Amino acid sequence: MTTRVRQLVFFLGALGLAALVVSAFVRLPHFGSGFSIDGAQLGALSVPQRHITDVVTAINFDYRGVDTMGEEFIFFAAVAAVGLVLRPQPDEVVRAEVDAASGRWVPPTSDAVRVLGLALVGPTILFGLYIVAHGHLTPGGGFQGGVVLATGVLLVYLAGEYEHLHGLYPEQAIKVGESVGAAGYVAIGLVGLIWGTAFLDNIGPLGTIGRLNSAGLVPLIDVAVGVEVAAGFVLLLTAFLRQAIVLRVREGEQ
Amino acid sequence: MSLLSALAMILVGAGGLAVVTTREPTRQALVAGLFGILLGILFFILQAPDVALSEVVVGAVALPLMLLLTLAKVRGGSR
Repeated sequence: MTTRVRQLVFFLGALGLAALVVSAFVRLPHFGSGFSIDGAQLGALSVPQRHITDVVTAINFDYRGVDTMGEEFIFFAAVAAVGLVLRPQPDEVVRAEVDAASGRWVPPTSDAVRVLGLALVGPTILFGLYIVAHGHLTPGGGFQGGVVLATGVLLVYLAGEYEHLHGLYPEQAIKVGESVGAAGYVAIGLVGLIWGTAFLDNIGPLGTIGRLNSAGLVPLIDVAVGVEVAAGFVLLLTAFLRQAIVLRVREGEQ
Repeated sequence: MSLLSALAMILVGAGGLAVVTTREPTRQALVAGLFGILLGILFFILQAPDVALSEVVVGAVALPLMLLLTLAKVRGGSR
């Protein structure tokens, strides 16, 4: 097949693709005019039926809670896979970085970064807890809040040294926490079965609309997801930081 | 489409182009983080604050961080 024939085949294919794309775009509804029956129904029902003021959370953790459980276990499996792939290899040793050009001046972390980083750790963790706890009232929830919580740990690394971060938290407890968070979602789902209704049925007391302790089991699921995601992200962070900073390939085996 | 959402969409388009045209990986990781923030702003303007929050924490924090740490590891190993 010569270059010319290839170009001809590509040109014909591109022409067909362009025709299909144009015909698809012509039939699209106008911007902002889309109407979804499901969307209207859920928007109207989530507050009176479930006492959840954030419709997205009502969908994610109540109406399609089983799907979200699957997504949570995708994240769980991804973290486990990263831990497996980035495990310390036999030819890697824990060693401080050897400066190839000894005697050069290395700028230390600036005081501004240290102070700002440490000052932001507390507010970041508080904000993460707020996002997790208010998932059923305002935008946010377990996933977003969990990542914000893990960002607090990242700030400690940015503001200090890796050694400080390493001594800051018990890694084993974080691993247990990740598993407990993932298992907690299933356990909350089983409550419905034990109660005699359906898996993940929201059977908790619905409470007053807009209060923190409302919406039945959804805040508990938010907390379980928050623990799982925060612990999972911290484990990811630890695995990557260990690879980048601590482990070196043993000399002579590169 | 309001002026604000049109502006945000143009910014997201320009940001995506900037990510693709940045060829140096370290810079590209940072530009990708900025692109995550722009995308989060667009989602927020389109009244999807939940998605915006997810996009900002993943696109602007988690993704660039992992790219940067991977780059640090890859470059450290090749020395």
